[in-house]
Amino acid sequence: MAKIHLTLLGACLCLAPYGAMAQGAAKLTDPQIAHIAYTAGQIDIQAAEQALKESKNKEVKAFANDMVRDHKAVNEKALALVKKLNVKPEDNETSRQLVQQAEAKRKELSALKGAAFDKAYAQNEVAFHQQVNGALQSTLIPNASNGELKDLLATGLKIFQGHQQHAEHLVQSLPARTGALAH
Amino acid sequence: MRRLAILAVLALEVPGVPASSAGATQTVAMKGIAYEPKQVTVHVGDIVEWANQDIVAHTATARDKSWDVNVLPGKAGRMVMKTPGRFDYICRYHPNMTGEIVVEP
Ligand SMILES: [Cu+2]
Repeated sequence: MAKIHLTLLGACLCLAPYGAMAQGAAKLTDPQIAHIAYTAGQIDIQAAEQALKESKNKEVKAFANDMVRDHKAVNEKALALVKKLNVKPEDNETSRQLVQQAEAKRKELSALKGAAFDKAYAQNEVAFHQQVNGALQSTLIPNASNGELKDLLATGLKIFQGHQQHAEHLVQSLPARTGALAH
Repeated sequence: MRRLAILAVLALEVPGVPASSAGATQTVAMKGIAYEPKQVTVHVGDIVEWANQDIVAHTATARDKSWDVNVLPGKAGRMVMKTPGRFDYICRYHPNMTGEIVVEP
């Protein structure tokens, strides 16, 4: 049990500063929450575009197309909502950390080819959705004050939990990294 | 808007099955990343129709791969149940969506 907790803490490290702040006075605002959620979606779309360029695997490509389609749909709804609410998404430390982390991962993946790339991409999709879902559950949804924003985040969470499971299945279906050359 | 949605449903073809032999239609909503109702019971020859009320596409995919229906947001897709049995199904895009269709003879 202690081990599981440590892993989760590691995965959520990026959002930890705000998780901690949420307990105190400086609660995340709706413009910041909207920015974080939108940024996370954009990051996953860009990761999918990298996979669509790099991968030759049919299942990996299908998964990447699913990510582009769903995250675009959710982000379009988010944009329409902030416009309707007259809210301007506001850049913040959590968004910046997410972007930085994604940039590092993109570089790491760009050094890999073929089956090694596929496996690493799929594994990162599990980790990234886990991280975002954790943040939605513990910080973003509880702190959202507008009801419609809260609802959209809650719908997003269910969609992304589906993505996480889908990514887990994808990781299992791909050959182990060590056996990749044999395929 | 509502009328348009109904027309879109009516316009859908049921491949390989003449309209005259179609049985009753049971509708399942795809709503809030879930099937509603989660379980339905139909008879052989009946139609199950999935109406997607969500903002993303879903599928209804039998775990045994015997059928697969893709449904875009705001649209509906249907399938004639030809084989009796108990069919667990999921959404291929969001495998946290699960449902069951019982097809009675
Ligand atoms: Cu789905």
